[in-house]
Amino acid sequence: MLRAILLIVRKDLTVEVRSRELAYTTLFFAVSCVLVFAFSLVQEGRAAEGVGAGVLWMAIMFAGNLALGRTFERERQSETLRALMLVPAPRPAVYLGKLTGIVLLLAITEAVLVPLVALLFESALLSHPFWLASVVATGTVGFAAVGTLFAAMLVRARSRDVLLPVLLYPITVPVLIAGVRATVAIAQPEFEVDVVRFWLMLLIAFDIVFITLALWTFEPVMTD
Amino acid sequence: MTSVEFDEVSAEDVSRHFGRRRAVSRMTFRASRGTILGLLGPNGAGKSTLLAMLATLLRPSSGTIRYGTLGTSSGPALRERIGVLGHDLFLYPELTARENLAFFAGLYGIADTNARARAALERAGLDNRSEDPVSSFSRGMRQRVALERALIHDPRLALLDEPFTGLDDASTGALVSRLKMLRDTGAIVILATHDLDLAEGLLDHALFLRDGRIVEAMTAPDALRSTYRSVIGR
Repeated sequence: MLRAILLIVRKDLTVEVRSRELAYTTLFFAVSCVLVFAFSLVQEGRAAEGVGAGVLWMAIMFAGNLALGRTFERERQSETLRALMLVPAPRPAVYLGKLTGIVLLLAITEAVLVPLVALLFESALLSHPFWLASVVATGTVGFAAVGTLFAAMLVRARSRDVLLPVLLYPITVPVLIAGVRATVAIAQPEFEVDVVRFWLMLLIAFDIVFITLALWTFEPVMTD
Repeated sequence: MTSVEFDEVSAEDVSRHFGRRRAVSRMTFRASRGTILGLLGPNGAGKSTLLAMLATLLRPSSGTIRYGTLGTSSGPALRERIGVLGHDLFLYPELTARENLAFFAGLYGIADTNARARAALERAGLDNRSEDPVSSFSRGMRQRVALERALIHDPRLALLDEPFTGLDDASTGALVSRLKMLRDTGAIVILATHDLDLAEGLLDHALFLRDGRIVEAMTAPDALRSTYRSVIGR
């Protein structure tokens, strides 16, 4: 199973390095999103408290939706998702491989987004890098865990581009709330570790529940 | 994972509906090791749906498919013994021919994936293009790579949907030889094709399909074209 996961991740990264399609589009979209909000919300060099955290998570989720859609569109074009369903690796391995690829891709986007938001919104996001990295990582995994399952399920649906955000955003609202609240707490002048820990635990619980559910349901939903 | 063995594939009263449309209706047949079974019929006859069910990609709405004594629930161990060449080629255009084959060889648990991929490309006559991306290949070349992808793990059951599409005469001849070799090594080959001239002399058994039903079954079929005209046209 581990070998199959690694092969799928390596394949996805190789395809991405060759085409650079997803990295460029998600980065461009996320950075544009942050810039638009910065122009409108930052007045005289300052933004209201907590705005930076909200903008960061909104950019992550919008970019994530874009990345999820395109990743599975690639698999649909040559019906390679069907080929992956035919291999003897357990089907959850396919899910985990795709999930890992999307998380890595979003990590690249976030590596650009976090300092950009910190700079433009004069937010102290980087004052506690370990906690911020933990919150962003667990939030991204939770969002991508739900998104990977839905994107795979919708790969043959005609209106998949519309349906994916319609299904994805309501279910990942807890990720958005926990991510924003934890990030706001991290950027506070007086760092409240208990608050951050509470939201981080919620994100970890979300990840465990939804990855378990996805592993359980991936095989039946992918067999017509 | 324990590899499974089976000597025949059988379908018993198999149907598949998509909503109210019946794509496959109560088909019963069997195919044994060392034989090539052809599925012949016009577009929409149910050939691809039947192949998808045999490949475990689709569940029958009713009826049973068995691989020897095994059912479709045997999962990964069963899939390890099935090779599928679909109407779509199941190849990543951004990857090279060798990378595509090595990727799938790895997923099938083959140890030396690059050596297996190179050997497959040599068989396909594409060893000099192994490091070129598949997107730069012609349709016929892609078809040859896709065939090698389907057979890279030496499957017991080979399911081929229109395998002659896009092939020139030389490649077609090579494919016919390859299919005969597969039969001689004890594989079960089931192929869907419209090319009756090529099927003539290649098939050990033929099923003529129309509107999701088997309308005629022949063993050691000859005069396929006239039979096709009489059973499909009637």
